[in-house]
Amino acid sequence: MSAHELTVRFGHVLALDAVSLQTPPGQITAVVGGDGAGKTTLLEALVDLVPIEAGSVDSPARSTIGFMPAGAGSWSELSVDENVAFVGGSYGLATDVLTTRADDLLTRAGLSDVRDRLAGQLSGGMRKKLGFCLAMLHEPQLLILDEPSTGLDPVSRVELWRLISEAAARGTAVVLTTTYLDEAERAGSVLVLERGRALLSGSPQDVVSSYPGVIVQTDSPTRPQFAWRHGTGYREWWPDDPPKGSTTTALTLEDVSIVASLRQEVGS
Amino acid sequence: MRSNLKSMRAMILKEFRELRRDHRTMGMLIGMPVLLLVVFGYAANFTVDNVPTATVGPQAEQVAQQVEVIAQAPFDVVEVDPGGNAATAEDLLQRDSVDVAIDTGQQPPVAYIDGSSLFTAQTSIAAFNRLGDQVTVEILFNPELKTSWVMVPAIIGLILTFIGTIITSIGMVKEKQTGTIEQLAVMPIKPSTVILGKILPYFLLATLDMVLVTVLGMVLFDVPFNGSVGVFAIGAGLFLFVVLGLGVFVSTISQNVGQAIQTAFFFLLPQILLSGFIFPLEAIPWGVRWISYFLPLTYFTMVSQGVMLRGAPLDALWFPLIMLAIMAVVIFTGAVLRFRRNLAPGDGRRSKPKVSA
Repeated sequence: MSAHELTVRFGHVLALDAVSLQTPPGQITAVVGGDGAGKTTLLEALVDLVPIEAGSVDSPARSTIGFMPAGAGSWSELSVDENVAFVGGSYGLATDVLTTRADDLLTRAGLSDVRDRLAGQLSGGMRKKLGFCLAMLHEPQLLILDEPSTGLDPVSRVELWRLISEAAARGTAVVLTTTYLDEAERAGSVLVLERGRALLSGSPQDVVSSYPGVIVQTDSPTRPQFAWRHGTGYREWWPDDPPKGSTTTALTLEDVSIVASLRQEVGS
Repeated sequence: MRSNLKSMRAMILKEFRELRRDHRTMGMLIGMPVLLLVVFGYAANFTVDNVPTATVGPQAEQVAQQVEVIAQAPFDVVEVDPGGNAATAEDLLQRDSVDVAIDTGQQPPVAYIDGSSLFTAQTSIAAFNRLGDQVTVEILFNPELKTSWVMVPAIIGLILTFIGTIITSIGMVKEKQTGTIEQLAVMPIKPSTVILGKILPYFLLATLDMVLVTVLGMVLFDVPFNGSVGVFAIGAGLFLFVVLGLGVFVSTISQNVGQAIQTAFFFLLPQILLSGFIFPLEAIPWGVRWISYFLPLTYFTMVSQGVMLRGAPLDALWFPLIMLAIMAVVIFTGAVLRFRRNLAPGDGRRSKPKVSA
C-alpha cells in the first residue's frame, strides 16, 4: 500500500499536510510523533475512516487489511472466543480454517487459557493482544495498528512486539503508530510526524546517520532552545562542531525526532 | 477551614463549567421544565367539550338540532343521515368518524357511545343522563368503560417505543463509544449489512415483546381483540420501523450511552403525554395538539385501539396507517443514511482499491 501526499483537514485544522507513506510487504513501518501529530489521522485516512482533501491512497481490498484501532479493539461484552467467532464470521472464514487460526494465534498470544473470559475483563495487555489477534485472524496482507503498545507494561510490550515481528516475518506489511522511539528503532522504516507534517522518513539507521550534528551531554546547556532533560542532566544538539572539551555522543532516533521537532518550533 | 472553602469553591466552579458545556443536560435543566409546564399545562385536560356526533334515522334532522342546543351539552353534530339505522350508527362509531351516534328510528332514540374514547364517553353519558328518559344510552366496544381496556392497546405502543428508541439507540451507540465502530467500518462488510445486522435483533425482540404484552393484556385485563390480527400487524410493523429509526437516529447524534438515553427521553416524554392515551386528543387545545400529529404513538394508538376494541377494518384506519408509513419511510431512511455516514465517513475520495496489494 502507498499513500501519496495526503492532506486531511478537520474544519480549519490541517491534520495532515501532504504526507506520503509506503508499506512494503514483510516490513514494519512505524509512524512516530507526539500527541496530536496526526498519527491516528494518517492511519484512519489509509482505511477510509476520514475524508481526504487531497492526495491519494492506493490500498489493497478491505478483505486483505487488518485494523486495530487505538481503543479497545474487541467487543467487551463478548468472550475471547465469541470475539474471534464474530470477526472470523464477518470475514467469511470457514469454520475449520477459523478454528485452526484462532488456536494458533491465541496460543502464541498467551490467551489460550482465557478463551471463555469476557474481553472487558481482560487486563490491558491481554486486551491489546486480543485486538491484535482479531486484526490478524484473516491473515491480512496489510496490518494497521494504532498505538498497539500504548499503556502496556514493559513485559506486555515485548510480547506484543514479538507477535508483530512474527507477522512481518511471514510477509505481512505492518504499519503502526507509537510514541515509544525505542520501538520505532526496531521498525524497517520510520515516519516522524509533527503537527501534521512529515519531518523525516526512511530506515531508522538512515534517518539517524543522515541527520546533521552531534549531541553534547551536559549539566548546564548553552543553547536552551536545543536542549532537553535526559536522566539527571541535559542533552544538547549542536549542528556543527560543539565547544572544545565537551562530551559528545552519537545521535539516536529519539534525539533526531526531538531535534527535528524543536527546529520546526524555532523555525530554523 | 479557609482551604476547605477554597476547595469547595473550586469544585462548584468545575461542576458549573462542565454543565455549561453539556448542552443536553442544560436543555433538560432549563428547557424541559419550561416546555413541560407550558405544553402540559395546556394539554392536561380530561374535560372534553366537543364530541363529534351523528344522528341517523327518520328524525335525524330534528334531533340534530335538539342535541346541539341542550344546555351544557358537548355534542357537535357532524353527520346527519335520515336514511340510516342502528347498523349505520354502529358503523360510524367503529370507523371513529364520530364518538356518539343517535339512532332516531327507535323510541325513545338510542344514543350509541364509543366506549373506546373513555373521557368522551363519560362526558356524553353525563350529558344524556341529564335528559332522563328522553334517550336510551348504549355504550359500545367498552361497555363497562374500563380504563385498562383503553390503556393496554396504547401501552403496547409505549413499550414498543421504549424498546425501539432507547434500547436500539444504546445498542448502536455502544459501538461508537468503545471505538469498535471503526473496526466494523474497516471490515469488508457492507454498511447496509452492518446496519441490518444490528437492527434486526431489536426488531425481533420488539416483535416478541409486542406479542407478549398484547397476549398478557388480554389475559390479565380481559382486553378484547375484536379486529383483524393482520391489520394490527401492519400497524405494529410500520410503527416498529418508525421507533427503530428513531433509535438509530438518536445513536447518530449521541457519543455515548448516557447521551443516547437522555436524547431518547426527549423523544419519549412527549409521546407518553401527547399521543392521546392519557389526555384525550379532543381535549388538547390546537396550540399544543398539532405536536400530537407529529408523534408516531398517536397513530399507533389509533390503530391498536381501533383494531382491538372497535374491530375497525383496514379501510377505516387508512389515515393513521398512511401516516405511520410516511414516518417509517422518512425517519428510518434518514436515520440509516446518517448511520451509514458514521460507518463510511471518507467514502468516495480515494483511488479505487486494488484486488491484491
